[in-house]
Amino acid sequence: MSEQATALAEAIEPAATEAPRRRRRLQEKLTAIALGAGFPALLVVLWHFAVAYSGTRLIPSPWQVAVMMYDFSFGGVYDDAFSATILTHIWKSMTRVYGGFLMAALIGIPLGLLIGRIKPLRQLLDPTINVLRPIPVTAWLPLSMIFFGLGPNAAIFLVFLGAFYPILLNTTFGVRSVDVRLFEAASMLGCSGSAMFRQVVLPASLPSICNGLRVAHGFAWILIVVGEMTGVPTGLGSVIMDGRTLSRTDLVVTGMIVIGAMGFHHRSHHRGVV
Amino acid sequence: MAESAPNLLTIRGVTKRFAVGDDEIEAPARVDVSIAAGEFVCMIGASGCGKSTLLRIVAGFEEPTVGSVTVRNKPVTGPGSDRGMVFQDYALFPWMTVRQNISFGPRQRHLPRAEVEAIAGEFVRLVGLERFADRYPSQLSGGMKQRVAIARVLANDAMILLMDEPFGALDALTREQLQRELLQIWARTGVTIIFVTHSVEEAVLLADRVLVMSAGPGRIENDLKIELARPRDVSSPEFNAVRRDVARRLTSHLAPVQAASH
Repeated sequence: MSEQATALAEAIEPAATEAPRRRRRLQEKLTAIALGAGFPALLVVLWHFAVAYSGTRLIPSPWQVAVMMYDFSFGGVYDDAFSATILTHIWKSMTRVYGGFLMAALIGIPLGLLIGRIKPLRQLLDPTINVLRPIPVTAWLPLSMIFFGLGPNAAIFLVFLGAFYPILLNTTFGVRSVDVRLFEAASMLGCSGSAMFRQVVLPASLPSICNGLRVAHGFAWILIVVGEMTGVPTGLGSVIMDGRTLSRTDLVVTGMIVIGAMGFHHRSHHRGVV
Repeated sequence: MAESAPNLLTIRGVTKRFAVGDDEIEAPARVDVSIAAGEFVCMIGASGCGKSTLLRIVAGFEEPTVGSVTVRNKPVTGPGSDRGMVFQDYALFPWMTVRQNISFGPRQRHLPRAEVEAIAGEFVRLVGLERFADRYPSQLSGGMKQRVAIARVLANDAMILLMDEPFGALDALTREQLQRELLQIWARTGVTIIFVTHSVEEAVLLADRVLVMSAGPGRIENDLKIELARPRDVSSPEFNAVRRDVARRLTSHLAPVQAASH
């Protein structure tokens, strides 16, 4: 499009099409919410009838889970060790998730930038990373318990490991896929060294870094459950583990739903940032 | 003016060898050129003659296999702010606004903020993008992006503007307009321009001097002064005569290469 045409479109557009466009956008949003919320509602209905018709005792009905959720949140129904403890468990899990995740970001992003930009460093570290990366993080569980003992630190370490690789790899990928011309342009304009990292390498690879952070966030929540199943007294993972030991599947499902809700919250929050 | 001015840029015996399969080609090959301050030089030639490589060597992005490039008698060892490249694909920083792109160079020199702002404003005006100063590159047309790229280099006080087929991706109307604007900017700033193009007409319209290059090996075959008065009229008989002359020289170098490749 020529400049004149752009300028013209610019001049006409806002006044003429603003109102209908806003209405259309609102309509779209409502449709999305209705569809997005309608499907889980349908699943809950199916779940209810499946439990009712099969007569199973092993799977709780949605109503039992709802009662458990209420008790877990506010207490007053069963009044046992889990009543009204939801915030404690969420808080503990979150500190571990964020602890491991932040460490992974603080090490993974700078290291990824350096590996992406400095060839000898890439040659030095790439083979090692490529061997370590396919090892499932859960396979580190025995060693992490030896390193850090039974307790939250082992869980944090697992979260760190799980979050580290996606952050590192996406950062490296981001740097390597930046158009070389941008580095040339920056260097001819007098930019070099650490200024180049701050002003060009980092912003140019930011979309990819955010992608890595988003993936890492998901892994962090998956791994916190595994980490907390190894003998810490609090946290959402330990709640699920206790539910299993006590054969209280309503507690297990409640814990699962809370973790899902946490992940959902983080996912939507993160999309806003990107 | 070109004759009286001292040499700003000297290219001496510059050769770049590339391996192509078992063969080795030289593009450019043993190129010697001197360019005076304020000159507008166009390089034209078949693809593969090394004109873009030569430009990149002058910019400091690549090193010649043999030979040297000096600016004001100082050897070129890498990219520097005295020489600025304008790429065909713009290479603007997509996360910066027009103003931020243009003030990138001055910011690197750690000038006071007020001065950086003043320089940015001056060069935004020079390329006529006042209304678009706070837009991002993705919101601009190709012509506007190329104006930003030119302003970004000039705002950095570059003495030599290196342009690698800068208008090749633009539509005909926008290209004509940018050619006119470039000539105005050149006249106003006195900057030295080395301009690589595929178009004979573009070269004759813009340049004081046209360097005609041949491929295999990539040598400068002709160094032609364009004596036409400015502003030049592309439809005048004089212009056509010069254009035909340049085109004839260009194709006379192309013919043997094509014959050899068949």
